[in-house]
Amino acid sequence: MSYLSASNMTGGYGRGADILHDCTIEAAEGEIAVIVGPNGAGKSTAMKAVFGMLNLREGSVTLDGEDITHLTPQDRVAKGMAFVPQTSNVFPSMSVEENLEMGAFLRRDNINGTMEQVYELFPILKEKRRQNAGELSGGQRQQVAVGRALMTQPKLLMLDEPTAGVSPIVMDELFDRIIEVARTGISILMVEQNARQALNIADKGYVLVQGRNRFTDTGEALMNDPEVRKSFLGG
Amino acid sequence: MELLNAFILLSNFVLVPAIAYGSQLALGALGVTLIYGILRFSNFAHGDTMAFGAMVTILFTWWFQSMGISIDPLPTALLALPFGILFCIGFVLATDRIVYRFYRRQKAAPVIFLIASMGVMFVTNGVVRFIIGPNDQKFADGERFIIKARTFKQMTGLEEGLSFKVSQGITVVTAILVVIALFWFLNRTRTGKSMRAYSDNEDLALLSGINPDKVVMVAWIIAATLATIAGTLYGLDKSFKPFTYLQLLLPIFAAAIVGGLGSPLGAIAGGFVIAFSEIMVTYAYKKFIAYLVPESWEPDTLVQLLSTDYKFAVSFMILLLVLLFRPTGIFAGKSV
Amino acid sequence: MIVTLLGLACFALLVVSLAPRLVGLAPLPDRIRNVSLFAIMALLIIIVGMIQSWNVALALLNLCLISSIMALGVNIQWGYAGLLNVGIMGFAALGGVAAVLISADPVADAWAAGALGIFVSFILAVVTVMAAIYAYRNMAPSMARGLTLFAIIVIGLIVIRYFYGPARDAIEDVNPASEGYLGGLGLPIILAWPVGGVFAGLAAWLIGKTALGLRSDYLAIATLGIAEIIVAIIKHEDWLTRGVKNVSGLPRPVPYEIDLQQSQWFVDLATRLGQDPALSSSVFVKLCYAILFTVVLLIVLWLSERALNSPWGRMMRAIRDNEVSANAMGKDVVARHLQVFVLGSIVVGIAGAMLTTLDGQLTPGAYQPLRFTFLIWVMVILGGSGNNWGAVLGGFVVWFFWIQAEPIGTWLMQTITSGMAEDNALRIHLLNSTAHMRLMTMGLILLLVLRFSPRGLIPEK
Repeated sequence: MSYLSASNMTGGYGRGADILHDCTIEAAEGEIAVIVGPNGAGKSTAMKAVFGMLNLREGSVTLDGEDITHLTPQDRVAKGMAFVPQTSNVFPSMSVEENLEMGAFLRRDNINGTMEQVYELFPILKEKRRQNAGELSGGQRQQVAVGRALMTQPKLLMLDEPTAGVSPIVMDELFDRIIEVARTGISILMVEQNARQALNIADKGYVLVQGRNRFTDTGEALMNDPEVRKSFLGG
Repeated sequence: MELLNAFILLSNFVLVPAIAYGSQLALGALGVTLIYGILRFSNFAHGDTMAFGAMVTILFTWWFQSMGISIDPLPTALLALPFGILFCIGFVLATDRIVYRFYRRQKAAPVIFLIASMGVMFVTNGVVRFIIGPNDQKFADGERFIIKARTFKQMTGLEEGLSFKVSQGITVVTAILVVIALFWFLNRTRTGKSMRAYSDNEDLALLSGINPDKVVMVAWIIAATLATIAGTLYGLDKSFKPFTYLQLLLPIFAAAIVGGLGSPLGAIAGGFVIAFSEIMVTYAYKKFIAYLVPESWEPDTLVQLLSTDYKFAVSFMILLLVLLFRPTGIFAGKSV
Repeated sequence: MIVTLLGLACFALLVVSLAPRLVGLAPLPDRIRNVSLFAIMALLIIIVGMIQSWNVALALLNLCLISSIMALGVNIQWGYAGLLNVGIMGFAALGGVAAVLISADPVADAWAAGALGIFVSFILAVVTVMAAIYAYRNMAPSMARGLTLFAIIVIGLIVIRYFYGPARDAIEDVNPASEGYLGGLGLPIILAWPVGGVFAGLAAWLIGKTALGLRSDYLAIATLGIAEIIVAIIKHEDWLTRGVKNVSGLPRPVPYEIDLQQSQWFVDLATRLGQDPALSSSVFVKLCYAILFTVVLLIVLWLSERALNSPWGRMMRAIRDNEVSANAMGKDVVARHLQVFVLGSIVVGIAGAMLTTLDGQLTPGAYQPLRFTFLIWVMVILGGSGNNWGAVLGGFVVWFFWIQAEPIGTWLMQTITSGMAEDNALRIHLLNSTAHMRLMTMGLILLLVLRFSPRGLIPEK
């Protein structure tokens, strides 16, 4: 059984219509799982469902074998999940260092080691650690956001379109870092618009269409699947 | 010598009163801005919260005075202040529990909070008038002056005297201490930082495991503390009358908005901007100019820009200008 | 005693009419409930007329009518558009000023003494503002521009005071005991009603231009400020409104009691009805007012209903319920808000002028925010935000209980303290404090309605 297993999720926001239909997402330890699909396919919704920000009518979510279907997002953070929202994912009027500290808010032990690890991963943040996060460039801000999430020492890191609005160079850089994070044994679940690049680094890929699993395979296999290429990767 | 006299004159009637008044406004505006930053509404009940805190302080002051307890030469009110703060915290937390929490759970629009705060203001005002009555109350005791105008004249041999009241001194010292403590709390402690984080980005704060109920509670506690201190200092410096606190609401809001709603630094700056403008615009400069120019040039009018009856108009004009030209305030507070 | 019982009984009735919604039973059909609410209200006033006196009942009715009009104005702003006006007092006061300026007799000596100086200061004020705007528009943003603006304003203020000061003193010296102000135009006071609306509308335009389009709180704070300032001006500019010396003896739109008592037809009428002419003359006068006010109320109500159910009204509510999407649909939200804000303020201004007409005098000291701003808010919220009939009912109910709360409170306190000795300090304190109970009660009503019945007595359709 995978480290994260969200199976047969069906549900929507509040009392609204269902957006997800029998959707299943899994990620093993240290694995990068990527959700891709056309606009409005319910990619972000699927991720939010995994994080407990939406009412599931059916299906369940387990983490490390434990059923967490009915936990609040905050409780899931305590269980080792970390979530990086797509927008407003930093505390703009607080310094980089304070952003990281806030990421570790729930921890009572010494956080300096983790902070050093984050600085090693993103050296630019160490340089700018006294600067307010709101004053950083878009790419640096994404690094702060990922760094903040890593401060909880999560087992599962969830990224909602981390490369939205950053330049291609920064994107490649960010993907490299994400691979590094995965190598330390952290599972990664990521929603991406840039399907081709994301599937390149993915161990597992999910193509969602209208809230349903359309294709599920390894990243490489999906890249080579002619139908996936034709419909979702632009040939 | 003339120049020095002019300077002392200005200090006595503009500088010293404006610093004291500015400190009081800054403390009031800090409370408003803090509630705005955390709960995201303009708390119309803040003026009456100040009145409530000051009232409890006065009641304790009278009690202490009747028992003969005093800390002469300082006013007894300082001794009573902690009790005022405690009661005010209790009162404010009760209103949050009974009134505001419901709307928070509902995620009601800020304007609903605002109307609710008007209701709270009504009730608080009624409670205060009910307990202590609508009239002026005196509770200042101890030494009245740090420097008397006459002593100053004798000491310096100048024509103009500079008086410095104990209440003004206490106001300034207390304000400085409170502001230092507040900024230390916000910038150095875990809880303080979590409050700034919550004010900055509520959703992300929740994702980081920050407990919103605790943040809100601490915000109310600080707001009540600041309100009681500001209310008591204002009462010591001028006099205590429930109605004046309602009127203080406008300069306090103006100060908070001028500085940028949600920005503590802005609230302090705004408090002084408003206080100095109010006093400078309504001061009659006749004597001041007389010191500086040859006798024949002496003005025969008061050289007062605006009559003191309109000091509220000054805060209002500044408020309008800020809203017109820089609605986020000097220190760019929360979104417009 | 009877009055207090009556008050309690009525309160119970009203609670009963609300109760089904409070406990979640099926509510009465709308029409029946609404008609019965108004019927209860009418009954209450009639009971007061029969038990206390018709004079009292009609006085109550007149103020209820004016309150309803004010509540209608506020409902236009809050109910239709969700705009928060915390300065109702100021707009009502402007109506009062209009009453003085239109109807008081001009003071010729005062005009001769200082009108020119006042006029010159006014022109200078306009020139200063124009100059400041010109400088602001035509200079690059810099320190120099700031200093220039500052200099223009300071010099302007000094020059204005040079002309204004002597003119003011000259006017205020003219027969200060009874005049000492410019007076008005000596026109019929009814004309002051629309003029009061215009004054209030202009002030609202100024505020709206500045504060609309920003956060909703800013409008609230700006209106709070303008109201304070308008009242400060009325209190302190003696040359204009005699300040706290009050302008009394404003002419009436209805006959005077003394004239009625001396006219044969009235005395005949009273004798035929078997009434005392002196008493019935004052009832007759109040009745005339009531008719006038009812006519205005019906006109305003009819217009409001027409507006609410027109495409314009639907658009306003659409904007209120979802500003973002209305904006996206190309609606000019700020301009619509300005429109509705000015309209609502005009109605409040008219009501303010009517109130001063009824009083026959302008009493600047009487403009208290609790009485004029927050009480009206309670009326709108209790009546039903967004529903014109609700606002009217709210105006009646709240004013009725605001007036009757005093005897009820006194009675309550006397009952509570009846066990204590006559000279018990607590008892005396409690009895003296009953007046402040009204504030608390109104605040509680606002909070309770907002929480448990936010749609009010007559909810929006």
